[in-house]
Amino acid sequence: MANYEYDLLVLGAGPGGYVAAIRATQLGMKAAVIEKDKPGGVCLNIGCIPSKALIHQAELVRSGKELEEIGVKVDATGLDYSKVFAFSRKAADTLSRGVGYLLKKNKIDLISGQGVITSAHEIEVKGHGKVSGRNLLIATGSRPRSIPGFEFDEKTVLSSTGALMLEKLPKRICVLGGGAIGVEFAHIMNAFGVEVHLVEMLDHLLPLEDEEAVEVLVRSFKKRGIKIYTSTKATGHTKSGKAVKVSLEGRQGREGKRDLEVDQILLVVGRVPNTDGIGLEKLGIKLEKGFIPVGSYYQTSAAGIFAIGDVLSSPMLAHVASKEGEIAVEHLAGRQTPTRLDPNSIPGAVYCEPQLASFGYTEKAAKEAGLEFEKAVFPYRGAGKSVAIGKSEGLFKLLVDKETREILGAHVVGAEATELIHEILLAKTAELLPEDIAVMTHAHPTLSEGVMEMARMAEGRVIHV
Amino acid sequence: MAEQVLMLALSPTMEVGTIVKWHKKEGDTVAQSDVICEVETDKATMEYESVNEGTLLKILVPEGGQAKIGDPIAVVGESGEDISSLVEAAEQKAESAAAAAGAKPPATEPPADVKPSMAEPAKAAEREEKPAVTGAKPPAAPQPADGIPALAGGLKASPLARKMAGEQGINLRTLRGSGPGGRIVKRDIEKALRQVASYGAAAAVGVTGPAIAGTPAVAGPTASGRDEQIPVSGKRKIIAQRLSESMYSAPHYYLRIDVDAGPMMTARSRLNARLPREAGGKVSPNAFLIKFVAESLKNYPSVNASWQGDTILQFGKIDVALAVAQEDGLITPVVRDCGSKGIVQIDRELKILIDKALTNKLAPEEYSGATFTVSSLGPSGILEFTAIINPPGSAILAVGRIHKVPVVEDDGSIGVRSQMMLTLSCDHRVIDGAVGAAFLSDLKAMIEYPIDHLY
Repeated sequence: MANYEYDLLVLGAGPGGYVAAIRATQLGMKAAVIEKDKPGGVCLNIGCIPSKALIHQAELVRSGKELEEIGVKVDATGLDYSKVFAFSRKAADTLSRGVGYLLKKNKIDLISGQGVITSAHEIEVKGHGKVSGRNLLIATGSRPRSIPGFEFDEKTVLSSTGALMLEKLPKRICVLGGGAIGVEFAHIMNAFGVEVHLVEMLDHLLPLEDEEAVEVLVRSFKKRGIKIYTSTKATGHTKSGKAVKVSLEGRQGREGKRDLEVDQILLVVGRVPNTDGIGLEKLGIKLEKGFIPVGSYYQTSAAGIFAIGDVLSSPMLAHVASKEGEIAVEHLAGRQTPTRLDPNSIPGAVYCEPQLASFGYTEKAAKEAGLEFEKAVFPYRGAGKSVAIGKSEGLFKLLVDKETREILGAHVVGAEATELIHEILLAKTAELLPEDIAVMTHAHPTLSEGVMEMARMAEGRVIHV
Repeated sequence: MAEQVLMLALSPTMEVGTIVKWHKKEGDTVAQSDVICEVETDKATMEYESVNEGTLLKILVPEGGQAKIGDPIAVVGESGEDISSLVEAAEQKAESAAAAAGAKPPATEPPADVKPSMAEPAKAAEREEKPAVTGAKPPAAPQPADGIPALAGGLKASPLARKMAGEQGINLRTLRGSGPGGRIVKRDIEKALRQVASYGAAAAVGVTGPAIAGTPAVAGPTASGRDEQIPVSGKRKIIAQRLSESMYSAPHYYLRIDVDAGPMMTARSRLNARLPREAGGKVSPNAFLIKFVAESLKNYPSVNASWQGDTILQFGKIDVALAVAQEDGLITPVVRDCGSKGIVQIDRELKILIDKALTNKLAPEEYSGATFTVSSLGPSGILEFTAIINPPGSAILAVGRIHKVPVVEDDGSIGVRSQMMLTLSCDHRVIDGAVGAAFLSDLKAMIEYPIDHLY
C-alpha cells in the first residue's frame, strides 16, 4: 500500500474544512488543512462573525432611542464608524486565531497557500510543494456573485466583503438583493443613519422564507424608513460626480422605470461556488450547475474524494458545511453515521431587528407539495415578557401534519428568534409532537413561553390570545 | 516480524464482525489478497482479503467468534517465530471485551449449522426460537445486526414513531430502532412499511391487514455489490416445502370478482366510532372479511373442505387463517370457529394472534389446521393478486387494495365507488368452478348487502 503523508487532506479551512479536520483527528486520522487565506474562511473573516459584530453595534445605537423614551439624553454625534469597523475586525481576528489554535491543539498541520488538486492523492500548494493524502476533502467554499453591469470594484459597487471592510459609511446606499445578507446590511446601515434603498427582484424580501413571517419584518423596516422595492430589477448604473445613478425597472411595467441616486451600491445576489481552478478536471468530476454532485456521505464521483459546504447544492450556510464535514469523515472512519442532512431540519437565521429564524416548509411550499397541514400563529405580544422588554412585535408560526402531527416547519420572527427556534427544531429532529412542547412547563416570564403557546395553539388549547 | 491481523471495517456501518469461516488454517501460507476468512458484517458476509504476507501462525478468533473493528483476529509472521507476546496481548484484550459483554443477553442469531428436523416441520419452526449452538465453537457474542441493542422490556420510540405505528397498526416490538440510543424513529416505520411491500412481491402469500412485521436483515440494500449466499433457515425450508407441495399437488384455478367495499368501510367506521377507546383499538377490515367469509362458507360448506386422497373431508367448523408476514417468513394464525363469533370478537382474537405472530410466540395449534385462509396485500398497495392454497384448506382468498373507481350506476349516471378486488384460489379436486364462483358471488353479496342475509 502506498504511503501518504496524511490520512486526510482538507482543501479549505472554513467552518466546513476545519471542523472536518478536527473530527478526523478525533477519529484517529492524521489530517492537514490547506488554506490560501486566514483560517476560519468567509464565515469568520468576512461573513457571519464580523457582520454580527456590526449588528451588535447597530443595536446598541438603536437602543439609544429606548433610553430617550425614559429621559436619558443620548448624544450619538460622536459616533465614529471606523471604531465600529475596528471592533468587528477584532472579533474576526480573535476567532480566526482561535481556529488556528484549535488546529494546532489537535495536531493538524495548517498549510498556507493556494492548493490545486493534481491527482486523487495529491495537492500542489503554491509556495509549499506537493502534499499527499489517502483521502481528500474539498471544502473551498464560495464567493460573492456579480451580475453583468455591476462588476465589483469595491468602490462604487461593493460585495459583502467590501461592505464589511468599509471604514466609512456612505450617506446613501442601494442594496441589490433582498436575501438574508441584503436584509442584514440594510438593517446595519439604517441603524447607523445611512439612507437605505433595498431592491429585490422577486415579489417579497427573503424569498425563501415564509411570507407571513417576512411581512412582520417588512413592516418594521418600513417604519424605520428603509425603502423597499420588490419585483424590481436593477438594469444598470452610471456615475455622476461623486454619486451613482442606479436604473430600476419594475416587473411587467409595474411602477415602470426609475433612477435612484445613491453614493454606493451593495450587490448581494447570491454566491458562486469555488469549484474552478482547484483541479477538479484532474479527477474527472463533472459539475452540475457549478456545484459538485455528491452521494449520501458526500463522496464525489472520484474514489476517495469527498466534498462539503458551499461547493455543494445544499444551503450555503456555515452550520451546514460543518455538519456535512462531520458526516463525511465519520463515514471515512467507518463509523455509523446518518446520511445527508435532512433539508427540512436545517435552521436558517437572519440577524436583523426583528430577527427571523426558520426551518422546514413554508406555508407556500407545504401547499405546493400538496401536504395536508394545519398552522398555528401565536403573536409575540401574547408572551408577557415581550411586552415587558418592549419587543412585542413578532410571531411564532408552526406548520403541522394534519394526520401524524409531525412538525413540518417553524418560523419565528421577533426578538431572539434565532435562539428560540432551536427548541422547536429539537422537537422536530427528536420527532416530538406539538403536544410534547405544549405540556412541558416553560418558565414565566420568558419569550420561550411563546413557543409553548404556539404548540398549544396547534393542539387547540392556547391560553393567551 | 509477526503482525496481528486486525478486523477491518468491511462495511461503512459495521462495528463488529463475526468470523463465519476460516479459509486458512494455522501453518498455511498467506499471500497478499488471499481470502483468509469470511466475515459477517451488519450487512452481508464478506471475504476478508489479507494485507499481510507470511504464515498464519495463530487464529485468535475461531469460527463463530466476533471481533470489533481494530481487534486482532489472527497472527501472521514467519514460521517458528515467537509470537507469545502478541497472542497474550490479544487475549487480554479479548478478555476485557468479553467481560464488558458479559451482561448482555445470549446469542440471537442461530449459527449456520443448526439443522432443524424436517420430519416435524411445525416443531422445527418452534425450535428455531431458541437455537442451540452445536459443536465446540464459542457462542457468538450478542450483537444484533447493526450494533444497536434489540428492544427488551422498555420500548424506546419517538412520539411521532409511536403515533405512526398506532395509525398503521405496526407492532413496535418487531422493529429495530435506528435513532439515537436505538430509538425507533419515523424512518424505521417507513422502512417497515416499504419492506412489507417488497415481501408481497417476493412471496405469493402476503401480509395481513394493518398489522405488519418488521425489518428483515436480507431486504436492505447491500453496499458490497457482490452476490450473496444467504443460508436458508429452518422456517424458510418449511415455507418452501409447504408452498411447493400445495402448488404442485393441488390443481389451482383462480376466480376474480370486484366488490363495492363502501358499505363495509362505512359499517366499520360506525362500529369503531361506537366502541369505547379502551376496548382494544379499531376493528380491522380483516375482521369484517373473515366474518363475511365464514357466513358464506356456511352457505357453501363444500368450499370448507379438504382433499384427503380417497375422501373429501368437509369440516364441521369454520377456522379461518390470516397470512401474516414475519421478519423471516410468514405464518398463518387461525381464528377458530368464526361461524359462531361476532366481528368484534374475531378482531380481538386476531389482534392477539398477530401480536404473537410478530414476536414468534405462536403455539403450533395456533397456526395450523385452517379450513380457509385470507391473505391481504391491500395495505401494500396491491390491487389484485393470486395466492397459493394453504393446506389442509382448499381455497384461499387474496384481498387487494380498496381504491376509488368510477362506475356506471344502474340509472346510467356516473358514480364513485370504493372497489376491492377479491381473487379466490381453489383446489379443483375439491371445488368445481361453478361452486367456487357461486361461493365468491355470495361473498360479494354478503360484503355489499349484509342486511340481505338477515331476511
